[in-house]
Amino acid sequence: MSEESEESVPLLPLQQESMASALFNTDQNDNSERRRHDNNERRRNDHAESETNGQPQNNIQQVVEQDEEEDEELTLKYGAKHVIMLFVPVTLCMVVVVATIKSVSFYTRKDGQLIYTPFTEETETVGQRALNSILNAAIMISVIIVMTILLVVLYKYRCYKVIHGWLIISSLLLLFFFSFIYLGEVFKTYNVAMDYITVALMIWNFGVVGMICIHWKGPLRLQQAYLIMISALMALVFIKYLPEWTAWLILAVISVYDLIAVLCPKGPLRMLVETAQERNETLFPALIYSSTMIWLVNMAEEDPEAQRKSKTSTYDKQASRTQNEDAEADDGGFSQEWQQQRDNRIGPIESTPESRAAVQALPSNSQTSEDPEERGVKLGLGDFIFYSVLVGKASATASGDWNTTLACFVAILIGLCLTLLLLAIFKKALPALPISITFGLVFYFATDNLVQPFMDQLAFHQFYI
Amino acid sequence: MTLAVFFGCTFIAFGPAFGLFIFTIARDPLRIIILIAGAFFWLVSLLLSSLIWFIAVKASDPQDERLQKGLLIFGVMFSVLLQEAFRFLYYKLLRKAIEGLVALSEDGCSPISIQQMAYVAGVGFGLMSGAFSMINLLADALGPGTVGIHGDSQLYFLTSAFMTMVLIFLHTFWGILFFHGCEHRRWWEIAAVVIMHLTVSGLSFCNPLYVGSLVPSYLLMAAAAAWAYLLSGGSAQNLRRFLLCKCCSRKGVGDTLGLVGYQDCCWDGERLSQWLKQEHHPLVSQTRGAGDFLRPWSGCYLSLEK
Repeated sequence: MSEESEESVPLLPLQQESMASALFNTDQNDNSERRRHDNNERRRNDHAESETNGQPQNNIQQVVEQDEEEDEELTLKYGAKHVIMLFVPVTLCMVVVVATIKSVSFYTRKDGQLIYTPFTEETETVGQRALNSILNAAIMISVIIVMTILLVVLYKYRCYKVIHGWLIISSLLLLFFFSFIYLGEVFKTYNVAMDYITVALMIWNFGVVGMICIHWKGPLRLQQAYLIMISALMALVFIKYLPEWTAWLILAVISVYDLIAVLCPKGPLRMLVETAQERNETLFPALIYSSTMIWLVNMAEEDPEAQRKSKTSTYDKQASRTQNEDAEADDGGFSQEWQQQRDNRIGPIESTPESRAAVQALPSNSQTSEDPEERGVKLGLGDFIFYSVLVGKASATASGDWNTTLACFVAILIGLCLTLLLLAIFKKALPALPISITFGLVFYFATDNLVQPFMDQLAFHQFYI
Repeated sequence: MTLAVFFGCTFIAFGPAFGLFIFTIARDPLRIIILIAGAFFWLVSLLLSSLIWFIAVKASDPQDERLQKGLLIFGVMFSVLLQEAFRFLYYKLLRKAIEGLVALSEDGCSPISIQQMAYVAGVGFGLMSGAFSMINLLADALGPGTVGIHGDSQLYFLTSAFMTMVLIFLHTFWGILFFHGCEHRRWWEIAAVVIMHLTVSGLSFCNPLYVGSLVPSYLLMAAAAAWAYLLSGGSAQNLRRFLLCKCCSRKGVGDTLGLVGYQDCCWDGERLSQWLKQEHHPLVSQTRGAGDFLRPWSGCYLSLEK
């Protein structure tokens, strides 16, 4: 958000909001990282040089080891803050989803399935159920792939208005319709009598403020809160309408797809990034949760139009994603591409004095930022959604109940931590789903089937380990 | 079972731990990460030990009650040993992390010391262990039912909460003791931690004879607390000064690490640490960064925070 490359961000197609796999630092972060890395390297080299008089070989080895360690520790040292900046919203989203699942029975009631998962899981044999869930997952993934390719095509042929309109409609649907349903169900659960006029007023205010925050300007915390609420709403929809085995399969396959789409050279997301690079324009950031918006506020003075556009695009993507579930898988990849593209652009941008100077000058001039500490990290909203789906499903259907939920929660946080570590090492956009979802799935099934009976027996006899 | 039982047991079991978390860990992102990673390591150890127990149970006769109980006891002991093994692995990982942090830092000292990491790791282990023991019980306490209606003890929830609290504290102190033993190659400290853990778990086999399990556990906790306090650089003199909230004399040498009176607010962290270094305070040589560590705990220290 704060990068100078935000200037004229084309509209991002819905699909690009993809689920999540985008995890990346802000430009500032990257620059500072690189600068810091360079500084550290210089220091280490100096150190090494001063020691080479005595033991050259050891120093070379030490420098190499220190390089690796330093790379790893770069996250620990100044990335610990960013890890927490992501832990808090992810935790909040999960808490909202788990609290809703536990209290509002609507979201655990079987009321049919989405059209993207046409095969039912109420079959007579286990084999039939497995086959149906595999088919469901396959259909969902193909829809996602098709939408991603459609997105790439739309972007290639510069159909920006289509994308923009799509995003606005999606966010309207999400902020008004889905939250209206949610509010209705919460009132039903707690038996609160409510009239339509009050509800209309509440939903109108909620939706309009959400649209403004997401597509235009708003306080950072409010924007973050809306993004979290939207992710939670979407995750609840998924939890409700995806049958069990299908949900787990989709989670697994989405992680693999995320990995492929972001890292493979032939992936659609990569192609998107390359196209954007050819045109020398920044892609719209996908629905992305950003931990800091200070840059944007400052940048408004530099380039108000671009800032507005980029903000709009950011929110649009999210809204559109929530509207179409199939769009979700695509979004994450997109944001990564955008990130990659932005990363690639940092090099050439660095050489040009203007934007660079603008960005570099900002921290010293800005009153709000505490640079260089005020770097931000971004995480795609699809990541939020799928993390919450995993934890929500765990709390809804596990026999181990709270133990399983807690285990999945810790596993996802550790996965996120590792992903951020890798991010600090490789310094390019990375998929945030694979590691966390893998850990989450492993811990879900292990805790539910192995740990739960053990803890049950221990609690029965009141033994303590 | 009512809301009162739920809240009472929650606060008994987790109150002190959350207090520790809020006042000493929540402010530093690095400590939060170490906490979550510690919880993760404990979870993995539990997973592996459950796997072993599960395999053993599946391979045995489910009707034989004595055998099942024996297998459970074996599972408990194995789980304890595995937890300590994972504590050692976590120590190794944190050691590497500290080396990296030192290499990265500008002034050659890591932002967090191994003693602080030991404490946070202990709290991580304890919180996860307590959560896994207690959370399902608390969820059940909210629902309908009568405790002990089939003749079991009626103090089930209460004693579970107290046992959980003592276990969380014990894990914290064991973390400090264990890491100290690993740091200074004192294997008998490590062995003491393992034996203490086995003892506490073994004592829980006395349940529902709670006198046999709770009272010795609390005594062990007090002993572990005192030992950990001494190892972290505490002394009777420190404790007296802290309780009396005495001012720190700038000239005196014997003053403890950062005990500053409420009226003395002109310390800043750097000067204080410099002063300590110059004076070669015994605490500094023994526990680097302990000042930072102790600082947030006492109200007197808050003035030192930047």
